[in-house]
Amino acid sequence: MSLTMPEPDQATLSRRAEIVAALRAIVPGEGVIADEESLRPYESDGLTAYRQPPMVVVLPETTEQVSRILAWCHANKVKVVPRGAGTSLSGGALPLADAVLLGLGKFKRVLEIDYHDRLAIVQPGVTNLAITRAVEERGFYYAPDPSSQIACSIGGNVAENSGGVHCLKYGLTTNNVLGCEIVMMDGEVLRIGGRHLDPGGLDLLGVIVGSEGLLGVVTEVTVRILPKPQTARALLIGFPDVESAGQCVADTIAEGIIPAGMEMMDRPAIHAAEAFVNVGYPLDVEALLIVELDGPEAECSHLLGEVEAVARRNGAVSIRTSRSEEERLAFWAGRKAAFPAVGRLAPDYYCMDGTIPRRRLPEVLEQMAALSEKYGLGVANVFHAGDGNLHPLILYDANKPGELHRAEEFGNDILRLCVAVGGVLTGEHGVGVEKRDLMPVMFTDTDLKQQQRVKCAFDPELLLNPGKVFPQLHRCAELGRMHVHHGQVPFPDLPRF
Amino acid sequence: MAANVIPTCESDVADAVADALRGSVKLAITGGGSKTGFGRTVDARALPMAGLAGIVDYDPAELVLTVKPGTLLAEVEALVAASGQMLAFEPFDHGPIYGASSGQATIGGVMAAGVSGSQRISASAARDHLLGFRAVSGRGEIFAAGAKVVKNVTGYDLPKLAVGSWGRLFAMTELTIKVLPRPRENATRMLIGLDEERAVAAMARAMGSQAEVAAAAYIPASLHNGESATLLRIQGFGPSVAARCAMLGPLLADFGTVRIPDAGAADARWTDLHTLASLGTEGMLWRIHVPPSRACEVLTPPRREQSRFLLDWAGGLIWLVSDEEPAALRTAVAEAGGHAALVRGSEDHRANVPAFHPPAPGVAALEERVRRAFDPAGVFETGRF
Repeated sequence: MSLTMPEPDQATLSRRAEIVAALRAIVPGEGVIADEESLRPYESDGLTAYRQPPMVVVLPETTEQVSRILAWCHANKVKVVPRGAGTSLSGGALPLADAVLLGLGKFKRVLEIDYHDRLAIVQPGVTNLAITRAVEERGFYYAPDPSSQIACSIGGNVAENSGGVHCLKYGLTTNNVLGCEIVMMDGEVLRIGGRHLDPGGLDLLGVIVGSEGLLGVVTEVTVRILPKPQTARALLIGFPDVESAGQCVADTIAEGIIPAGMEMMDRPAIHAAEAFVNVGYPLDVEALLIVELDGPEAECSHLLGEVEAVARRNGAVSIRTSRSEEERLAFWAGRKAAFPAVGRLAPDYYCMDGTIPRRRLPEVLEQMAALSEKYGLGVANVFHAGDGNLHPLILYDANKPGELHRAEEFGNDILRLCVAVGGVLTGEHGVGVEKRDLMPVMFTDTDLKQQQRVKCAFDPELLLNPGKVFPQLHRCAELGRMHVHHGQVPFPDLPRF
Repeated sequence: MAANVIPTCESDVADAVADALRGSVKLAITGGGSKTGFGRTVDARALPMAGLAGIVDYDPAELVLTVKPGTLLAEVEALVAASGQMLAFEPFDHGPIYGASSGQATIGGVMAAGVSGSQRISASAARDHLLGFRAVSGRGEIFAAGAKVVKNVTGYDLPKLAVGSWGRLFAMTELTIKVLPRPRENATRMLIGLDEERAVAAMARAMGSQAEVAAAAYIPASLHNGESATLLRIQGFGPSVAARCAMLGPLLADFGTVRIPDAGAADARWTDLHTLASLGTEGMLWRIHVPPSRACEVLTPPRREQSRFLLDWAGGLIWLVSDEEPAALRTAVAEAGGHAALVRGSEDHRANVPAFHPPAPGVAALEERVRRAFDPAGVFETGRF
């Protein structure tokens, strides 16, 4: 792997037995995993290209245990990597050789559901979908729906600020969380936010969500739940070129319509999906749009007509409207299976996650095709078209020497392109280790140092999830100085990666 | 830069901060001055942002607006309205709350104060609409955070910290805001004569229904011709508005007849929830956030009889005018799981009662550390809070 992680601390490694014993004193029995065989399942998350067995895994069951673990690690200067369900696509939960992996998998209880105030209080290990399952009998649901929702945990969603196909209309995790209980690296337990809307002081919750496990360990989450829309219907629209599809998206929004979902697929993705699930996607088009509308029946049928008219004006060559719930789900089946479908085209694929201003889509796809040529690797595109979030899937074969490296370089070039056209490195997957070294493409050194000072306010010893998000380690004391001499690198002994 | 020069660009702001740091002077960042009545009166050097005004970029199809902080809120709203769009968090001008005219509020001030109106309950808050910003920190450094696209998780979400920071972290020099389509139609439906408990229950049922209520508020009888009004706002496309309004009758039948108020009268009532004219311009004004189901625990006798109040956000926001001892009120609010900000008060109250509800000690210490992360020397700590 081409990724450089902080050099393991030999002193910590030599104290491994002592560390395991200390953890066992806090979490009895099978809650501490230390044998090599059992550590293996934890060696990577959803970004499987990178692997590193942790020094030890601890699986606490109570906030008090989490607090005691962190306090002990803090006092003993031992690093900690928090982990939810391990579905991160950016390596946010990648272990370190000299760190304790703190798994929240045993925090599995839905603690309270309040239909009056429309919220649920859950432990972080509860899966995203389990929240909806817990409230659907009363006609409610939890809106953010990352594609891994059957497996990913709400704690991980909070860490990554997860999105999903419906987030243009319903927001990301951050827009749907009211409060949390968080354990700081020194073991202090704080409650941030609550059951009310908006904080009375600084919006600490806002910066905790999406902080990728670098600021604290969340042990309880309060989320908003919403009444399930009465109906949902979808349109499947084929276009002869990507420009027309993009214009259709822009014109739909210009009509004042914010669809519940608006997904685009390019020709390779359409063909891969159709071959995989066989749901009748048109194969003679360059771009396919799925537009989903939800709400009262009257609203859906009205807006279906409006969107259809917009599509016709933009030269759509095929338009299908779902007539039943089965048909709507069939429209989605191809899109939802796009990743495994593309996975059949090559032994491995690498999923990117940049966001761009939508108007730049045609040129971005054009340049991506040129890059595909340059690197000799195929690419298929699925795209959250409403909010400009691209998921290029780069096809490669890890068994062929150099292909993983070429795929990574191709991916990096795509993300540089996203930033160059006014977009960002990641729309919903997070920076993790994957995009860490590209952060200077988007942010200046001053920008990054300012973010790291926020990290220092939460975890001044930099013990929580080090090596993630930030491309350079800066000691907090160094960042705290008011004046740094230009051009002079302080602490030349510190690892730069 | 000399102390009396009004900054007109980002580097002017950086110079002003550097100058203040050298002279150990405190800086009070000012916008339109519509909220100077909030917090203690301070004696600090003003850092006016009025000279940084204007639209930087607006692309309606991308749902993104980039604007300088000193731009008037009214100007921003007119601009987006001309493209059929809106600031969905429904920001409003605090001028009338302090007995001044409206029209002075700036977009920078609205964001720094985190001002969200009645629609916040359905369309999210100011915090949810600030996508990115440029700013000068208390170190005098120019930096950027967030981005200019609607979906982004790259790096820490510092825009969330900016909203509601009240100028204590940094001086924003450019803001990128998410805009949304303006609803084609607006309708208000009303229940008459409910007491507070029944009104909160009715609003909760409406909010939990498929009628997709955009805003829900309550005006007590004493402020509404002797009969209380429970207001529900429904908005969107015509056929949808009609269908959802029709749902409310059967849904709320046991709360009484769902009425259709005169459109002009309905607009006036929604406006009053932002100008607070019916609460008067005298007396201590509190903004209280609670879980809606606990609102009535704050409005217990004799407080209910001895104060004037309006409920917004289905009961989750209480605007309360009261002469009650502040600590007792705050205790009641905290017991109901909420917090209370002192929005308006006499000089004496402003000097002695913290504007913000004091947080738990651990949270207060963390807030302090976060503030020092942006402003280590406390150049923006004017003593207002």
